[in-house]
Amino acid sequence: MFDIERWQEIFETIRKNKLRTVLTGISVASGIFILVILLGFGQGMQNGIALEFEEDASNRIGVWTQVTTKEYKGLNPGRPITLRNENYAYVEDKFADELEYKSPNFRVFDASINYKKESGAYSVQGISPEYQHIENEFISQGRFLNYKDHESVSKVAVISNKIHRELLQNEENPVGRELKIADLSFQIIGVYGDKGGEREENRVYIPLSTGQRVFNGGDSLNMMFFTLKPAATFEKTLEESVRFTDEIKTYLKQAHTVAPDDESAINTFNTLENVQRFMNLMMGIKSFFWFVGVCTIIAGIVGVSNIMLIIVKERTREIGIRKALGAKPWSIVGMILHEAVFVTAVSGFGGLIVSMGLLELVGPNVEVDYVSNPSIDFNVALTTVFLLIFAGTLAGFFPAWRAARIKPIEALKEE
Amino acid sequence: MIEIKDLHKSYKMGSNSLHVLKGINFSVEEGELVAIMGSSGSGKSTLLNILGMLDELDEGSYTLDGVPIVNLNETKAANYRNKFLGFVFQSFNLINYKTAMENVALPLYYQRMPRKEREEKSLKYLDQVGLKEWATHLPSELSGGQKQRVAIARAMAAEPKVLLADEPTGALDSKTSYEVMDLIQKINDQGNTILIVTHEPDIANMCKRIVHLKDGIILEDKKVKQVRAAAYV
Repeated sequence: MFDIERWQEIFETIRKNKLRTVLTGISVASGIFILVILLGFGQGMQNGIALEFEEDASNRIGVWTQVTTKEYKGLNPGRPITLRNENYAYVEDKFADELEYKSPNFRVFDASINYKKESGAYSVQGISPEYQHIENEFISQGRFLNYKDHESVSKVAVISNKIHRELLQNEENPVGRELKIADLSFQIIGVYGDKGGEREENRVYIPLSTGQRVFNGGDSLNMMFFTLKPAATFEKTLEESVRFTDEIKTYLKQAHTVAPDDESAINTFNTLENVQRFMNLMMGIKSFFWFVGVCTIIAGIVGVSNIMLIIVKERTREIGIRKALGAKPWSIVGMILHEAVFVTAVSGFGGLIVSMGLLELVGPNVEVDYVSNPSIDFNVALTTVFLLIFAGTLAGFFPAWRAARIKPIEALKEE
Repeated sequence: MIEIKDLHKSYKMGSNSLHVLKGINFSVEEGELVAIMGSSGSGKSTLLNILGMLDELDEGSYTLDGVPIVNLNETKAANYRNKFLGFVFQSFNLINYKTAMENVALPLYYQRMPRKEREEKSLKYLDQVGLKEWATHLPSELSGGQKQRVAIARAMAAEPKVLLADEPTGALDSKTSYEVMDLIQKINDQGNTILIVTHEPDIANMCKRIVHLKDGIILEDKKVKQVRAAAYV
């Protein structure tokens, strides 16, 4: 390995057989390059999807109602069901130990909101303070609602960054200013943002009690939201949340005299089930990219093996001459493998550096939906390079060994 | 120098066996210049390949410079070839991507001679064959005669006991052939033992002894009066 004479001999051979060397190099380098870019992109997709799902608390359960579709206990189908404050209070009380965050929701879509001369239509939602955690809202200025606002039926509102920009024209110090919702004055107490982006920022939050009073809601609710305390494992959490959802459904059906098999009157969604699907999707994407990556590597290995076969074939006569001049079989094998390892290693690392450089450079700037910061585990990339070098060596060894063992007289006949 | 007793060699050709050498007894003293003649298929090249350890014998014995050549494995054969023998081929067999000097230096590389010494020595031998100023040229830039002279320089560089030449003039015109023979005669004059396989009588007559081979046996083995090639150059 550290035989300087051998190195000189190798470099001489490489220098004088540029085409052969370049072809081998390109095949190895491009294999590594494609693999790294591919795996990096796969990671980017995974990051991007994870980011999209981050917007909402991942174990959120929502409940809403529609009309009945089945006759039950003398009641006609088509009867609208409305959630009441008492339903929410019952669930809150019964599952107190299991609930993490909870909030009722009374909403009015397209409420007209005025600030000075500007006006706009936004969704106004009466909620409890804990709704902030359910929707994963972050506070940019001021504060979110609290229970005092709720009890005192205050006319206070939390607006979004988007509304701050559109309606308030980016007014400085929006907190404390008055704005009109359905012609009633509300004081702005905070500005929130949503990680899900602007399409999640079309809402103005006010206390539930205020909302129900201002919009004549009485004690009716549009939705109820809950999150559960996570259990030890994901499977367990999922199981708990499914059981919880079922129990709420059963309770609400009884409370509103709905047929037990009427699936459309009481509706629920459970984001955990989405998480399960999302995780499966992730697995799918990951396996796909790995599959393609492994295929690329196999193609690379086949390519390198092919080139090694051709190189040995091409050099058979030379091997014969060298043997006639006194080269031992092992020195022939050593020479060919030495060159192969050197060329694959240099080009492999070259491809690795170029592709990782590209990922480092371009990766953080990629801003496409569902792709974010493509990157690759350095160890994985390094392993593939070594794998390719090893495969190239192995692929080169057998023809080299065979060539070194043919009688010089046979090798010399080779054209 | 060379001692061969009852040498047999046959080749398998499918199911048939081709008996090429049928009991050769033959010896060469140091400083001889021997021509091995015969028509094609007479076994002369096979004999030379066995002498050169490029091929193995089936039966008989072969002694080179007092060393019995038996139980050859590749490594041992390579060692002997490197120490004892120099080869000159009909088709020159220079490595086409190496310069004349690098080609001459190659057997020295396998003798593990340091690079500097290798270069000096190969230049010295290139000078002997009159190609010193061609040292940095590739084989493709040389004429046939020049290529063969490089090949002879390469064979001599390792300072072998015996120089084996397989139809060294086979690919050359007569004028160039005589030049090459002149060179070979001069090398022989320095006391080197040389064996030449040829089927050209005029080339054979430039040697000191002619061995006629026919159908795998020696037909005739006689000393001749050497014709000096210099007269024709």
